[in-house]
Amino acid sequence: MSVVDAVRECTNRIEQHDAKIGAFVSRRDADALNDARSVDERIAGGASSGPLAGLPIAIKDNICTAGVATTCSSRMLASFIPPYDAHVIEKLRAAGAVIVGKTNLDEFAMGSSTEHSAIGTTRNPWDLDRVAGGSSGGSAAAVAAGIVPCALGSDTGGSIRQPAALCGVVGLKPTYGRVSRYGLVAFGSSLDQIGPFARDVRTVASVLSVIAGHDERDSTSADKPVPDYAGELQKPIAGLRVGVPAEYFGDGLDPQVKSRVTEAIDTLRDAGATLVDVHLPHMKYAIACYYVVATAEASSNLARFDGVHYGHRSVGHDNIIDLYAASRSEGFGDEVKRRIMLGTYVLSSGYYDAYYLKALKVRTLIKRDFEQAFQQCDVIASPVTPTTAFRIGEKSNDPLQMYLADIYTISANLAGIPAISVPCGFDDKGLPVGLQLAGGWFEESRLLQTAHTYLNRTDHHTKTPELTGTN
Amino acid sequence: MSEINEELVRHIAHLARLHMGDDQIHTMSGELSQIVAFVDQLSEVDTADVEPTAHALPLNNVLRDDEIRPSIKQSAALSNAPESENGFFRVPKVLDNEGDA
Repeated sequence: MSVVDAVRECTNRIEQHDAKIGAFVSRRDADALNDARSVDERIAGGASSGPLAGLPIAIKDNICTAGVATTCSSRMLASFIPPYDAHVIEKLRAAGAVIVGKTNLDEFAMGSSTEHSAIGTTRNPWDLDRVAGGSSGGSAAAVAAGIVPCALGSDTGGSIRQPAALCGVVGLKPTYGRVSRYGLVAFGSSLDQIGPFARDVRTVASVLSVIAGHDERDSTSADKPVPDYAGELQKPIAGLRVGVPAEYFGDGLDPQVKSRVTEAIDTLRDAGATLVDVHLPHMKYAIACYYVVATAEASSNLARFDGVHYGHRSVGHDNIIDLYAASRSEGFGDEVKRRIMLGTYVLSSGYYDAYYLKALKVRTLIKRDFEQAFQQCDVIASPVTPTTAFRIGEKSNDPLQMYLADIYTISANLAGIPAISVPCGFDDKGLPVGLQLAGGWFEESRLLQTAHTYLNRTDHHTKTPELTGTN
Repeated sequence: MSEINEELVRHIAHLARLHMGDDQIHTMSGELSQIVAFVDQLSEVDTADVEPTAHALPLNNVLRDDEIRPSIKQSAALSNAPESENGFFRVPKVLDNEGDA
């Protein structure tokens, strides 16, 4: 099959299914076909066509694409056309991947359900009355529905892994610094990381090898060699020590999620892994710590939206302070405002030490917990989320309840470690459950090998949703 | 640890350059109180002698040589500006008339 055919099938599937799901914010059908044609020509000409030649891919709409609108699902950036490509986009294009469209997210990646999108709510392909998770809900849903084989998301507190779990696909958050953040619209700069979604580990591994690597335009990008992750997938996991932290299996965890994850851990043991009890005593402070650190960074990052350089501008103001405030008040949605307010508060005079500095110290303790755990084990296994996908509207009026959806994912961002979500079964409503595997810094190979071994022994990831509601 | 009242919320909104009506201030005050009460649990952690972690990797002072290199054109930099004029971003008057004199 030619690349043009593959991409045309993809755009047909968007046309056919996306009205039900709402995964896409924008499509680039004609441009994608042109790109596909040039990849076909490269292949026909015998030129090196790139490791991802012909792979159709969807991109979360907070990753800059030159000449293609990048909205962050916000009124603020409704008409923003980036003049440059993000680092990951340059890499994907050079590798022969074809970008078919941009996907929905919670506004500026702030949320856990994609309900906080100014464009509309993305629906879960397994039950259209439920959320796809977030903030990368559009990317996860597009892959789960079989519309695209692969998508990119970003993960600041679980925004790749949580929607991957709720939609039943594989989603990887790499080590902080593994993938350049150049061209990713910043939310929490010390936490943000771009990563891939797919229905299998091999695609995730292949895409990671392309997008990872040093980029001097991101000063936090790590200057470390990039392995051939896909080439190393077959490495056996015999002797692998899998840490099981009691803190992730306590109160608040749905019994069915617990059962599926426990079964998955048993499967790893059957595959030759050794199970080890580990402890992460500060994990219970992770959400509190995160909502101080992430909102502080967000309030600073989002100060750039001022109605002057780009983005929404309010009309009819004759002084600049009013212009700033009116533009921001009209452009941002409620959740973004809430986080800017919280972040401004924890950084403000009189509260900085009690909240921001305190949270940075607790972050040290959370990181230390992982350092100690990884002396006893190679990979930590846990649930990704406390429950399966919740109903649309169920948590949207209770910010704190929504924040608690990220309880198992947030600490990996605070510590900077890589973590992957893999499908590990379904609850009795037919909703997917995710297994989270976390590894030491830059240990993506080990994580991917473990995830690959697990998927080879199970068939949950091969099931496909019917794209219907509960009724 | 501290009470979030409407006066404080108004002050924070001003610092964040957000306009909020009385209703919004009232709602935000309730929501922030609830979130801050949750975040207050950090105060129970003993962090004596613990250094803060600003980010996860041991990277410090990443510098590059200060040399001229290609960048986007002025027209591209201004292409998303809501208002521009003669190669500049256009804004309302910044200084009061008294300040101009």
